[in-house]
Amino acid sequence: MKLIKNATNRLVPNAVNGQKQIPFMGIGKYKPTGRIFNPTIKSTADYPGDGNKIVKNLNEALKKSGLKDGMTISTHHHLRDGDILTNILFDTIKEMGIKNIRWFPSASFPCHKHLIPYLEEGTIHHIEGSMNGPLGKFTSEGKMKGVGVLRSHGGRYQSIQDGEVHIDIAVIASPTADPFGNANGVNGKSACGGLGFALADSEYASNVIVVTDNLVPFPCVPWQIQGNNVDYVVQVDSLGDPSKIVSGTTEVTKSPDRLLIAEYVAQFMEDAGIMKDGFSFQAGAGGTNLAFALFLKDKMKTKEIKARFIRGGSTKYLVEMLEEGLTDYILDGQTFDLDGVRSMRDNPRHVNTTPFTSYNYHGKGNFASIVDAAVLGATEVDVNFNANVVSHSDGYLLHGIGGWQNCLFSKCTILAIPSFRDRIPVILDNVTTLCGPGELIDVIITERGIAINPRRKDLLNALKKSSLPIRSIEEIQKEVYEICSGAPEEPRLNKNKIVAVVKWVDGTVLDSVFQIVQ
Amino acid sequence: MKTDSKKGSAGKRGDKVRSDCFVEIELTRSGGIKSTLQSKVDSMYGDSISDLIIAMCEFFEIKHANILVEDFGALPFTLAARFESVYKKLRPDDVREFLPEMNKKNLYSTTKDRLRRSRLYLPGNEPKFYPNAGLHNPDGIILDLEDSVSPNEKTSARYLVRNALCAVDFYGAERMVRINQLPMGLDDLKFVIPHNVHVILIPKCESALTIKDVEEEIKMICAERNVQNDIYFMPIIESALGVVKAFEIASASEKICALAVGLEDYTADLGVARTNEGRESFYARCAVVNAAKAAGIQAIDTVFSDVDDMDGLRNSVIEAKSIGFEGKGCIHPRQIKVVHNAFAPTENEIEKAKRIVLAFDDAKKNGIGVVALGSKMIDAPVVKRAQHTIELAILNGLLNKNWDKE
Repeated sequence: MKLIKNATNRLVPNAVNGQKQIPFMGIGKYKPTGRIFNPTIKSTADYPGDGNKIVKNLNEALKKSGLKDGMTISTHHHLRDGDILTNILFDTIKEMGIKNIRWFPSASFPCHKHLIPYLEEGTIHHIEGSMNGPLGKFTSEGKMKGVGVLRSHGGRYQSIQDGEVHIDIAVIASPTADPFGNANGVNGKSACGGLGFALADSEYASNVIVVTDNLVPFPCVPWQIQGNNVDYVVQVDSLGDPSKIVSGTTEVTKSPDRLLIAEYVAQFMEDAGIMKDGFSFQAGAGGTNLAFALFLKDKMKTKEIKARFIRGGSTKYLVEMLEEGLTDYILDGQTFDLDGVRSMRDNPRHVNTTPFTSYNYHGKGNFASIVDAAVLGATEVDVNFNANVVSHSDGYLLHGIGGWQNCLFSKCTILAIPSFRDRIPVILDNVTTLCGPGELIDVIITERGIAINPRRKDLLNALKKSSLPIRSIEEIQKEVYEICSGAPEEPRLNKNKIVAVVKWVDGTVLDSVFQIVQ
Repeated sequence: MKTDSKKGSAGKRGDKVRSDCFVEIELTRSGGIKSTLQSKVDSMYGDSISDLIIAMCEFFEIKHANILVEDFGALPFTLAARFESVYKKLRPDDVREFLPEMNKKNLYSTTKDRLRRSRLYLPGNEPKFYPNAGLHNPDGIILDLEDSVSPNEKTSARYLVRNALCAVDFYGAERMVRINQLPMGLDDLKFVIPHNVHVILIPKCESALTIKDVEEEIKMICAERNVQNDIYFMPIIESALGVVKAFEIASASEKICALAVGLEDYTADLGVARTNEGRESFYARCAVVNAAKAAGIQAIDTVFSDVDDMDGLRNSVIEAKSIGFEGKGCIHPRQIKVVHNAFAPTENEIEKAKRIVLAFDDAKKNGIGVVALGSKMIDAPVVKRAQHTIELAILNGLLNKNWDKE
């Protein structure tokens, strides 16, 4: 392995865990050729004619799937921090004496700290997906056997389709399923909303295991996961803790500073002319994100403006907008609360989407670039509008990329972030880890002012008469440095040890994450 | 042997603490300075924090000590305040002060009759609220040493408020401090008067004498420390006796810019519950308004304590405005905008005021002493009220600054 400079001057390895890598070449520059990865040909003759694919437990399903050392196993994060299944899955793999698994989750949560002993003793070799909270800390301290790979939701789909990651066994947590393997996430005690993150796995993995705690007789309707792609069905008592899978209701932030940022975001969208009949925007469940949608809603009502669609992360608040006729559709990637689940189940205008429709690089286009405005967070940005979403300024890896990189392709990408947290400035000269190139980031909205990317002359012009505090990014940075008494020192990193890499949406390597020096 | 304590601590510690720190100092007889730093921002500002500790040890000539700093992202003005507060507990006779440099942005002054629609209370011992408070655009910010500070934190809060007055940018808000009831409040003054404070809020005021005492003390400090800026007073009436003495208090000094009413203590003094309708305090509020107007100063209403009820707040401001109040206390930044909007003049009021002011300007230009609008004569107070309405309209963004030139 050697380090090379990519198109953003970041040092990245030419190989990761023995796999050759292509350094980031620029946005839209890398276009691989060849064919989409093909699964092997199946024959219905090999499957039970009565459609009953139930096996007695996970252990048997894994054995029948031919589990061996070094295989790739995928899981999905729609159970969020309530996920018990993934932990039980690796308890079982450990009991079976299997080693060196490449774990390929769509995201990880703090509940997965249960897996740290398995990473330590080698049941799991490394993680490709996201390394959140305790797993991020573990990885940053250089304790993982292999190198972590961080991908966006779209990048995950891309890596499966172009064959970069071949999944040996996909284990799909299914809040409702039938014995044939048809499954959905909108019914059952562990209902979570959509199962879109598992779509690619169900189509491309060698073996697909559906695990459910709500087995219904055939047919399970609707079927978001098609039983025709499923090898085995396992019934368990419980997939997880419902109170952590979805919250009862998602809370809007009470922080006055975050509310101020949210108010600025809504006003920016109005003053920039983005908020007009038939427009669209992306909203998530983060504190500022929910609040901005509420401020925007008031403005839409006052001006009698209606959106064509909202991309969620759906919550009660987006559902209310749908039900009050302020948007024609919600195109939903994941569902954060019970109102969202109910709406997705009952309202045909609340549509279940997947990373394939929304984010995938190898599709013939995707939804992300059609959206008029996306409002996102970040841990850090720099004066060139580059942003970081996975690590903090002390170098620790603490978050996954999620759909963040993919959403940057919207027509107006807004980062709504505080200008500093405690004594941690957010606008730096250089981001600790590069996750999003500045040319895709249009606006940074902080409580101290709004910085528009100088590349967006159209926005700068549109906002000329606005009463909003439009400032240069350097000016906001300077003010915060004065508050914190100077620029922070750079994190103490061991530049000889890469603990993870950040992939761009096309599969090239955008940046490296280095080991923390403790 | 003397048993006076050589070890002390100040500040806050624990998982939930943010933007603050805990400092423990043990003065020893030998061994030099041994300091331990645990900081959330160690990799970013660890060296800067260590440098500050060394500088403070040198300043106070601390030669031998064990120092522990647990830092949760405190800004330098907070770190320094916590350190000095512990040190002064151990050596109360040391009168030297380790002051943060005065932020150049803090050198603005105030006027007696400036707008005081909103004043945001910040608890004196909670540094995390300070740096962003001014961004919410209150007319005034009150660093509170009184009711929001528990008795065992009083000293700590004084150092923190003093340092905040020097270091924190409040973005043009009037810089106010609420001192404790006298006599403790007199000691508070030493900490704040030299640092460009604009208004001193005097709580639970019941006589002109209290005002005189505060005024005397401030005069002494100003002379001693060569303080030049104007400092005004806002007494708060919070008892039945205070209401009776309202005019005496309001007219006790030229430096009084406003008279405020505080209803939590007042209703307690009356022995009745505080209600939303406020029938129990209607007399007191009118008495305060009347006394203030008689003394030619502003009348300022109490706080609205339900931070989630914005409609209730709006209604309470409209009611306060209707009986003569010009300002309202805020305990949450989200209340500020609502208060400003509710105090703002209505469209009708603005239109009428525009006509009056234009007629007045016309008359002045033509050298006519008497102003008439249609068939009605307009006298000076009407013009003054109209000008005030225009000023409010401009401040609330309802009228262009150059409206008369359009």
